[in-house]
Amino acid sequence: MENLIALLIAAPLLGAVVLLCGGRRLDAVGHWIGTALAATSFVIGIVLFADMLGKNAEHRAISQYLFSWIPVGSFQADVSFQLDQLSMTFVLLITGVGSLIHLYSVGYMEHDERRRRFFGYLNLFLAAMLLLVLADNYLLLYVGWEGVGLASYLLIGFWQHKPSAATAAKKAFLVNRVGDMGLSIAIMVMFTTFGTFAFGPVFDSVGKTGEGKLTAIGLLLLLAACGKSAQVPLQSWLGDAMEGPTPVSALIHAATMVTAGVYLIVRSGAIFNAAPDAQLVVTVVGAVTLLFGAIVGCAKDDIKKALAGSTMSQIGYMVLAAGLGPIGYVFAIMHLVTHGFFKAGLFLGAGSVMHGMNDEVDMRKYGGLRTYMPVTFVTFGLGYLAIIGFPGLSGFFSKDKIIEAAFAKGGTEGWILGGAALLGAAITAFYMTRVMIMTFFGEKRWQPDTEGHEPHPHESPRSMTIPMIVLAFGSVFAGGLFSIGDSFVHWLEPVTGHSEGNSPVSALTVTLATMVLLVVGAGIAYAQYGRRPVPVVAPRGSLLTRAARRDLLQDDFNHVVLVRGGEHLTRSLVYVDHTLVDGVVNGTAASMGGLSGRLRKLQNGYARSYAVSMFGGAAILIAATLLMRAV
Amino acid sequence: MSATAVHSLWTTAADPISKIDAPKIEYGQLSPTLIVIGAAIVGVLIEALVPRKSRYYAQVFVSVVALAAAFAAVVALAAGGYGTTKAHIAAMGAIAVDGPSLFLQGTILLAGILGVFTFAERRLDPEVHGNRVDSFAAQAASVPGSDSEKAAVKAGFTTTEVFPLLLFAIGGMLVFPSANDLLTLFVALEVFSLPLYLLCAVARRKRLMSQEAAVKYFLLGAFASAITLFGIALLYGYAGSVSYATIAQVVDGTITNVDPALAGTMGNDALLLIGAAMVVMGLLFKVGAVPFHMWTPDVYQGAPTPVTGFMAAATKVAAFGALLRLLYVVLPGLRWDWRPVMWAVAIVTMLGGAIVAITQTDIKRLLAYSSIAHAGFILAGVIATSPDGVSSVLFYLGAYSFVTIGAFAVVTLVRDAGGEATHLSKWAGLGRRSPLVAAVFAVFLLAFAGIPLTSGFAGKFAVFKAAAEGGAGALVVVGVISSAIAAFFYIRVIVLMFFSEPRPEGPTVAVPSPLTMTAIAVGVAVTLVLGVAPQYFLDLAGQAGVFVR
Repeated sequence: MENLIALLIAAPLLGAVVLLCGGRRLDAVGHWIGTALAATSFVIGIVLFADMLGKNAEHRAISQYLFSWIPVGSFQADVSFQLDQLSMTFVLLITGVGSLIHLYSVGYMEHDERRRRFFGYLNLFLAAMLLLVLADNYLLLYVGWEGVGLASYLLIGFWQHKPSAATAAKKAFLVNRVGDMGLSIAIMVMFTTFGTFAFGPVFDSVGKTGEGKLTAIGLLLLLAACGKSAQVPLQSWLGDAMEGPTPVSALIHAATMVTAGVYLIVRSGAIFNAAPDAQLVVTVVGAVTLLFGAIVGCAKDDIKKALAGSTMSQIGYMVLAAGLGPIGYVFAIMHLVTHGFFKAGLFLGAGSVMHGMNDEVDMRKYGGLRTYMPVTFVTFGLGYLAIIGFPGLSGFFSKDKIIEAAFAKGGTEGWILGGAALLGAAITAFYMTRVMIMTFFGEKRWQPDTEGHEPHPHESPRSMTIPMIVLAFGSVFAGGLFSIGDSFVHWLEPVTGHSEGNSPVSALTVTLATMVLLVVGAGIAYAQYGRRPVPVVAPRGSLLTRAARRDLLQDDFNHVVLVRGGEHLTRSLVYVDHTLVDGVVNGTAASMGGLSGRLRKLQNGYARSYAVSMFGGAAILIAATLLMRAV
Repeated sequence: MSATAVHSLWTTAADPISKIDAPKIEYGQLSPTLIVIGAAIVGVLIEALVPRKSRYYAQVFVSVVALAAAFAAVVALAAGGYGTTKAHIAAMGAIAVDGPSLFLQGTILLAGILGVFTFAERRLDPEVHGNRVDSFAAQAASVPGSDSEKAAVKAGFTTTEVFPLLLFAIGGMLVFPSANDLLTLFVALEVFSLPLYLLCAVARRKRLMSQEAAVKYFLLGAFASAITLFGIALLYGYAGSVSYATIAQVVDGTITNVDPALAGTMGNDALLLIGAAMVVMGLLFKVGAVPFHMWTPDVYQGAPTPVTGFMAAATKVAAFGALLRLLYVVLPGLRWDWRPVMWAVAIVTMLGGAIVAITQTDIKRLLAYSSIAHAGFILAGVIATSPDGVSSVLFYLGAYSFVTIGAFAVVTLVRDAGGEATHLSKWAGLGRRSPLVAAVFAVFLLAFAGIPLTSGFAGKFAVFKAAAEGGAGALVVVGVISSAIAAFFYIRVIVLMFFSEPRPEGPTVAVPSPLTMTAIAVGVAVTLVLGVAPQYFLDLAGQAGVFVR
């Protein structure tokens, strides 16, 4: 069984190589090759899962050693994999949702000339993401980490003919570099501290290490997580990343890659457990981001950007939960999985709407689409109910648990974090209801596009609707399935550990409070957008709305602080370089040239002066030798 | 005087002289040298006996076969363990057969084979009176511009004597680094120097310049030889012996009994120090170290380019070999005396070569100064006085000789009406016209500059590493600085070739015969192989890095 682990990665990797190197000959069949290999990986995942279920909890983790990668003295890096319950969860999510989205893309990218390449990139992403979650050491994880970053960059900029897409890809890449730097430094610190970066040995030696070092490692890992998972302060790239094709937004920028930060924190739980300060920062980042994303989501008229804000906010929930320690790890992952279903479903729904609306993304130009796209409407609607936490659906179970866990943190912190999480739930209900109403209800507000084509909304082809339906099932049932008898808690507990915590408020109170806030949020949205016609041109809005439309001024902040500061720094460095460094360098060069010209005159062509030089040289040589002895 | 006494005197005098033993010579172990010298003598006979028309072919054939056979003999000896476990001193203490000897002999022989190839090239110059011509004068003895010269050219004469001369020179070079006493050292020095003086004088074009170069080389060489010989005499006065081992023992103090004939001088340290300095000076002249370098640019420029290439590569190998043996075997006891002096020499050599090269405008002179700078880098390795130092110098010499021969072979290709176009301005835009030739030359220049993935980098790295570990960190700093200075003029040539507009009256690139092509191709291949995967050869040099004492 262990030997199958490598195959999980090998299948999509093979697909990437074949599709990217195969050339035009594969244009006709490339998308099916890619889909088949993604599905192959999923089937292998299922086989491994079945095998794992058949074992006792403590024997479920298996590993596979492939080869020694970099053996240099005490620096030993192996390519070896570890498949435990946590990795398994991710494998199923990645390959399952991944396969569905491959299938969806077959229809969605039908008219794109570069569809083969698109599938090659998707396969590359799957391989890298699987490597990330299967690696048994941080260095190999880092390879996967950079691999998904690369795939993300390539896919955001897939429509590179659009300058906005190219810029967005570059922005995502650059912002992620900041986070990646955190991870690489964390790995270096680990190596100097523990002498290794394999998960097992590192976690075993945590107890023997000072808290300061662990806090440093934890904060560096958090920086990495912030980059990849679009958490404040490295959140700015996610909204722009929506420039990529919608299946990419669904798979990479909603369901899987952006959750890698959560994986990293949960996987490194042993380190965070021993570094409470780092944990506190994690929870703060999570809480801030969940509100930040939710507020941004409220103001966006672009359906994908509204969903991107939502993604940011939901990952904020997960990070918050992961920062709570053993109380929250399981629920972070549980919310990650359910979110994977409903957010992927919502994005695919959004893609389906755009597909029918001439690629229009402005919700103010939608309206009343429910009758034109019934399947999309129903699946999107189920995803909507799931994300706002409608009782009985996936989001209800997972989000509720996180809010409870936040209160269970105890003390003032518990109240603040729990309050933020509750408030977030209300805002979630508001912005999602807004999206729902603006898109599917109300008046038709369609307008011809720039070339004068009137949109003719229609239901999408089967290859797109089937994945949406499957994901809708996940959105509805996954949460319940995980919560019956705490099955998910028991499943993950051997890896992450679990404790109930000590909540000052009862679970029922939390649930009721959530319900009330949910109704309030949705009600406000209905009052604002359902009962009044939605203006096609966005009104000016309040100061907060305007700020939220500009992503709460994140780019302005970055521009003023980082870009301007960077420019000033570069300018002054360039000045120093030109005057001081170049001055010295050019001066040296000039004096060398002058010296050379003068020395050259010694070479006058007369054998007699050459002989004199030799004679003088010999005399000096002899004198110097004698002198050495004398000294 | 009584009758018996007289009788005894007579009988004593008539005592058989046969008691002197015949020297024991290990012919097998000396076979590389013997093959080459034998072939050189055959070459002389060819000049005397074979018809003029066939001489060229016969000479090339004999030279290549002899050098290949000698190389095979070196390989066989090395495979037989003479480089390591069976290393010993042969020919009654005159010749050392050990790792450094065999390694350097192998290098010299390979350089020699490539040298023969470039010597034998007859396609670059246009045919004269229907005869193919090479780089050498039709008749070296005819006065330049005279009627006899014209007659010789018209008759299609060629100086095929260059091949036996080359073989004699190689024979001397084979002995030079393996000489184990000072007299053998001096004989070898003269055996390889004299043919080289002659070879420098026989250029087909620019004959006056060539002859001037030869005369300068001869005069200065003779001067250096005289100093060397004087030094040898002083060392003999000090130790009572010319044998390396004995001198070393006297220096160490393990031999104390004084030869009565030398009672006045033996053990006098002044003789030792002055003598050692003078012998070392002779070797520094051969490697072209500052301040004994001044012949180099003039001779490199004036000599026929194939000779320059061969000389630049092989002389350096042989002379550094001899210098290593002298410093490591004879004078290790004087280490604290000669190291500071050699430090200074290495520093001025590295900097001097690199700095003066900046303003050169002739490609051959440029390469001459570059060779001076390289001599400095190699000296840094010599100064390390460690096994690593020896092996790094061996590796550097092997790598450097192929780059040098290849680079000078490329120089022979770039021609205009006056023969080789060596002025740098004429090389402008060569990369546009002949991208392949320019690219090959660029590879050699990058190797000279020590850019990674070329043999130059591996060699420089090995030498500097050995020097740094040998406590010569400051030397390494100077070495790196001069490398940086040197990189300027190497890269400048590349820029000139690839990024300048070609000149309308620029030179043409001749299409060579397979001979020169082979020399260049081997040069490029070795440069890249030693640059990309140097470890095997570094190991080889490491195994060969121990001198027999």
